[in-house]
Amino acid sequence: MKYVPLVWAALWRRKARTIFTLLSLTAAFLLLGMLQAANSLFSGGSVNLSAPIMIVQARVSFTSPLPMRLLPQLEAIPEVESVSHSQFFGGIYKDVRNFFPQFAVNPERWHRTFLECRMPDAQYQAWLQSRTGAIAGRLLADRFGWKIGDRIPLTSQIWPLKDGSRAWTFDLVGIFDDVSKDSCVRQGNLYVRYDYFDEGRQFGQGGAGIYVLRLHDPNQAEAVARRVDAMFENSPDETKTQTEKDFSLNFLRQLGNLNLILTGITVAVFFSILLVTGNTISQAVRERIPELAVLKTIGFGDGSVLNLVLAESLLMCVIGGLAGMLLSLVVLKVISKLPFGFPPVTAGLHVWLFAAASMVGLGLVVGILPAMRARNLSIIDALAVR
Amino acid sequence: MFKQTTAITAMNLRAIPQRLGTSWVIVIGIAVTVAVLVSVLAMAQGFKKTLASTGRPDRAIVLRGGSNAELSSTLSRENTLTIMDATGVKKDADGKPLASAEMVAVVALQQRKTGTAANVTLRGVGPKAFELRPEIHLVAGRMFQPAVRELIVGKSAVAQFKGTEIGSRIAFRDSEWTVVGEFESNGDAHESELMGDIETVLSAFRRNLFQSVTVLLDSPEAFNAFKDKLTTDPTLTVDVKREAEYYAEQSKQVSKLLNFLAYFVGGFMAIGAIFGALNTMYSAVSARSLEIATLRAIGFGAGAVVVSVFVEALLLSLIGGTIGAGVAWLVFNGNTVNTLGSNFTQVVFHLTVTPGLLLGAIFWACVIGVVGGLFPAIRAARLPVATALRAA
Repeated sequence: MKYVPLVWAALWRRKARTIFTLLSLTAAFLLLGMLQAANSLFSGGSVNLSAPIMIVQARVSFTSPLPMRLLPQLEAIPEVESVSHSQFFGGIYKDVRNFFPQFAVNPERWHRTFLECRMPDAQYQAWLQSRTGAIAGRLLADRFGWKIGDRIPLTSQIWPLKDGSRAWTFDLVGIFDDVSKDSCVRQGNLYVRYDYFDEGRQFGQGGAGIYVLRLHDPNQAEAVARRVDAMFENSPDETKTQTEKDFSLNFLRQLGNLNLILTGITVAVFFSILLVTGNTISQAVRERIPELAVLKTIGFGDGSVLNLVLAESLLMCVIGGLAGMLLSLVVLKVISKLPFGFPPVTAGLHVWLFAAASMVGLGLVVGILPAMRARNLSIIDALAVR
Repeated sequence: MFKQTTAITAMNLRAIPQRLGTSWVIVIGIAVTVAVLVSVLAMAQGFKKTLASTGRPDRAIVLRGGSNAELSSTLSRENTLTIMDATGVKKDADGKPLASAEMVAVVALQQRKTGTAANVTLRGVGPKAFELRPEIHLVAGRMFQPAVRELIVGKSAVAQFKGTEIGSRIAFRDSEWTVVGEFESNGDAHESELMGDIETVLSAFRRNLFQSVTVLLDSPEAFNAFKDKLTTDPTLTVDVKREAEYYAEQSKQVSKLLNFLAYFVGGFMAIGAIFGALNTMYSAVSARSLEIATLRAIGFGAGAVVVSVFVEALLLSLIGGTIGAGVAWLVFNGNTVNTLGSNFTQVVFHLTVTPGLLLGAIFWACVIGVVGGLFPAIRAARLPVATALRAA
């Protein structure tokens, strides 16, 4: 600990060089933090949909609606606590860029299945009373500044009304909060009433969309999935049942092998930062050879000199890395506020662990050769600048 | 002045090998930045090209009014007949319109590389579909027969999705379909699809609604008449688009996203590279301080010194940019990837590195070099001659 001032002084011996290297490191870790946060989203690390919820979709594709008649059979499964159904509405609010998902659901079933989503009882009662009623997640309501009582016009790209027009109108009767920790998942959605929707649409009556099952016990997910799929095997409506988490992940994975692309970029960033930092440290040591020799002359051992140089390199990587990671938090926060309709990306614990490991690893790798050189200095040669 | 400049610059460049270690920082830093930028932009380019080549100026696609993609569109049988009989549609020798009323369904297959699920387009096509799209031709097997559950599969789909080879059976919707042929289509979007007879597909999916009608026009100029005819028909509410226009819209979203990713990531990497370049050039200037001071003392001008530093930075970044662009071109050009298109289904495309992309990337490399060389060049010019000489 007493050597900290010495290492600190050595680091700032050449201010400009250290600052440039630190800025380089900051840019690299800023990028690294964001890429790894995005990467963990695609590999499932940060999707913590932990609720015991499963999705039953048509085996051919989730875009083919399952018929309503599967409902009693699904409800009869003992492990299933409640069943909800939901049909993707595909509506546009004013402009295509305002994209957010809407689903037609049965309010009572929704209320019993998504226990994590809560709203005042008066609002729930109002939803039961009003056929044109809709409820919005807190994030969504904040995004457009909606208040209870607002009329929400939606132009459905999929479902025309009976008269051929596509302009639907709903009344906002409730705003719900999600009390679980993965709160962002549903808080950007709008839910409308299925009975009103089914009666109004031009075609497709009796289609339920997908089914959402809530289980008593999350450990039974696999057994339930097998059971449901076996139940409808070889019927006109074969199903595919998976946990909500897998359902979301499979959806994201369709975008392509993003993991690979992001990992590739991360490796490239690392490689170039390795070079920049390595160059700085080896220059710093080369310049200081006489000074290091003086240190050895006044009694510093070979090992201490090695440690001093390593500490300097580590300190630089950690300062630059931390600055970059903190900046990445800020940038991610800003991005999540932008209306991209992009899933929220957050740097979880493992992203920080990865970053910390990278800082230390980088510091050691770039420091080790110059440090060895400093250790192996012969005092006589070094003082004579030979 | 000019003589001085060339003399100093040449001397400086000859000395680069002595500073090789630090020079690599510029070269590699920029090469990596440029390689990442080029490869992500090549993705956007490839996606755009695949969709753009699907359209032909004398073909038009008709969707239900307000639908932005085939998947969300629906057209009744009567409507499709009205559309196909409209003026401007080219007729074959027997007087039948060259048009195809089609249905698309989404089918879940597995990706070959990762084993994860992939939504693939199954397109039911009318009997005139292949006269309408002469670019589609079989490369193996035979055409599907109507009324039998047979499919032909695009070349890109075969390459990317499991269980799509000729002879394999694909099960969906309580029915089993046999793959009987494989087709090529100039690498356009249809090559990522499965195709079957429209009536057979409709009956298997128990639907009686079509999703789009594609027609061949008498000529590209016949489009406006055709469009006016349909949009003024009171029995129809449809959007009529030139095929090229439709597919350009489909690619807009994805290429915008990829371009954003490229410039976002590339921008941050460039910032890192600039600081690396600054470090290198400052240390180059300080290594040369004695030389520069001597030159100034014997009468060389500050301008000549500035130019020599600039040229060094520019040359190194040019080398870096060329290496980066070259590597991206060698390694990534033609790579096959797939992503979700607007029908919620996979579109297979190839990374395309165009000459324009390469030149653009090398231009950016030079910008990095100029910014990285600017301040060190100023420092070199301001070097106090007496102090620098004494320090040695």
